[in-house]
Amino acid sequence: MTGERLNDVSGDVSGEVSTAGAVVAGDRVEPEAPVGAALPRDEPGGQADTKPRNNRAWFLVLPVVVSVAFTAVIPLMTVVNFSVQDIFSPTDRIFVGLDWFRSVSRDPEVRAAFVRTLLFSAQVLLLEIPLGVAIAVSMPRHGLGVPVALVLVALPLLIPWNVVGTIWQIFARGDIGLGGWTINNVLGVNFNYTLDSTDAWITVLIMDVWHWTPLVALLAYAGLRSIPEPYFQAAQIDAASGWATFRHIQLPRLRGVLTIAILLRFMDSFMIYTEPFVVTGGGPGNATSFLSILLSKIAVGQFDLGPAGAFSLLYFLTVQIVSYVFFTVLTRTGR
Amino acid sequence: MADIRLEGVGHSYDGGRTWALRPMTWTWRSDRAYALLGPSGCGKTTLLNIISGLLSPTTGRVWLGDRDVTAVPTARRNIAQVFQFPVLYEEMSVYDNLAFPLRNRKYPKAEIDQRVRRVSHLLGLDDHLRRRSRRLDPGRQQIVSLGRGLVRPEVAAVLLDEPLTVIDPAMKWTLRSKLKEIHRDTGHTLIYVTHDQTEALTFADEVVVLNEGEIVQAGEPTELFLSPAHEFVGHFIGSPGMNVVPAEIAGGAVRVGAEAVGRAVGEDGDLPPGPVRIGVRPEFVRITAAQATPGLTARITGVDRMGAYDLVRARVDDHPLVAKTGAGSRYAPGAVEFFRFDAGRAFLFRDAVRCGSIAPLDGRDGS
Repeated sequence: MTGERLNDVSGDVSGEVSTAGAVVAGDRVEPEAPVGAALPRDEPGGQADTKPRNNRAWFLVLPVVVSVAFTAVIPLMTVVNFSVQDIFSPTDRIFVGLDWFRSVSRDPEVRAAFVRTLLFSAQVLLLEIPLGVAIAVSMPRHGLGVPVALVLVALPLLIPWNVVGTIWQIFARGDIGLGGWTINNVLGVNFNYTLDSTDAWITVLIMDVWHWTPLVALLAYAGLRSIPEPYFQAAQIDAASGWATFRHIQLPRLRGVLTIAILLRFMDSFMIYTEPFVVTGGGPGNATSFLSILLSKIAVGQFDLGPAGAFSLLYFLTVQIVSYVFFTVLTRTGR
Repeated sequence: MADIRLEGVGHSYDGGRTWALRPMTWTWRSDRAYALLGPSGCGKTTLLNIISGLLSPTTGRVWLGDRDVTAVPTARRNIAQVFQFPVLYEEMSVYDNLAFPLRNRKYPKAEIDQRVRRVSHLLGLDDHLRRRSRRLDPGRQQIVSLGRGLVRPEVAAVLLDEPLTVIDPAMKWTLRSKLKEIHRDTGHTLIYVTHDQTEALTFADEVVVLNEGEIVQAGEPTELFLSPAHEFVGHFIGSPGMNVVPAEIAGGAVRVGAEAVGRAVGEDGDLPPGPVRIGVRPEFVRITAAQATPGLTARITGVDRMGAYDLVRARVDDHPLVAKTGAGSRYAPGAVEFFRFDAGRAFLFRDAVRCGSIAPLDGRDGS
């Protein structure tokens, strides 16, 4: 900077005062030369130094890093730690590599539970998504019916999981439960979820449908409410039938909320634990022993931490992969 | 084609406490292009929805030709409607969109194809028939929604509810002339709702001005401009709107304060004395040296230079008065000048309704 300013002065002076010009110019040859030589070397470094390099804002991210570490990463790493060791006692352990993963993934009981859980999730989705959409479509759009319908539909969602399990455990009993008694004595069908594996499966499935279809219905209802009125008016003018209105106006606009509903319901139903545990405890036999029930049996019941750790990680990975596939397919198709 | 007749049609959204649309009797004549003009919330959309049957009126009957359609559902009225924003069946192609109203009405396939192709040709959509409708630009999407109305053979009227709101200004001109072309080619009755006076005046054979739920004036664009029948029409149409100056009729003369502005001429007979309001458009106010009535003196407060013209702002007893003059006028604020009104262009209003005009005081023509 100083060099440049001096240069300007020299130009002015030499132009105006021709006689003194030589002297002035001679005087400033000394400072000019070193400055000029120094400039190319100094400039890049000098400029970089003046730029503020304050990255302390990273510290603001620290709380998130710490909380995620404690809520997710560290517990997960503990599980990873269990999954690659055979632990006999707190002081006695050996590293076994991927042995537990190999044995868990080849275990016929785990494989059966996996297929069972996948089947359960598929049935849950096939029942709850169409049913939820149907409920949402038939819910009123205007008037006093709206709050009434909303409260009625949302009611099952407000009940805690284990209470839902208890309700259904009693409701489906053939001797004292209203539902079970009706099926046995009014419909004349022999129904006993504690003995018959099909009955147990159906009970758990219907319980899940009862508990969680409202979630799908509410999501779909919110999606339907966001459709502007002129779409329905245009459909009236175009003489579209109720079905055509649903198919071409409502359903295309539910894509977003249904993607979320499918993901939520898949993850939840694939990890279902409390309700079947309360109602059937995984039985009769292994009929309703889903992955989570089997996992808790291995981890908590038998205290086999190694296999349970490997099992957990595979379980976790499966949910991630299937959810990813669902999400990708649902958001990419029909663009 | 048939006239659409409204017989005492009115609508109230709150069970009769207030009228969104005051009961009115009005006929939309066949094959004409109407603009329904009015501020937001004046009942334009309500009126449109009653005609198309999306809304059933609280009172009155709707006639389509000699058919009473008051109770006929929308689908079975021969009316098409285009909304403020493009309403499309987004996952369908343009072709399917255009065919949709016909397919729902169970037309034979060959006829559907023929009609869709004719309409797409008319609207210049031939190159886009196979595209998904949601991938079109908003202007074309709006044309497709219009096409869905035109494709039906029996359509008597096309109702357009501010169809150019979401279209960018450059495209608006193109679309408006397209609409005029379509009206010329198809001869459908068009009712075009808008709150934009330029749109209304350039588009329509007849402009219907709606305010606070009632029709205040209907007529050709020039008529609305030259002789507004209602103060609101004067305000709403024209830019800037009509000047309104409170005055008094005494002894057959119109007076503002002590000054005689001109002779009051009633539309039917003499006007009784009492307060009136003078309405005169800025276009018909001239600043002259000769103090020939009708006119009045006013103190200039400022000049707005608008490029092609100047707006000279003045005050008469605290009431603003604007004159539209040629560009480059030289009037100093504070100067007192005489503002003369063109003959036959200054009107008198009582209760916002026109009741007469102002003539020169000496009885001869003002020029």
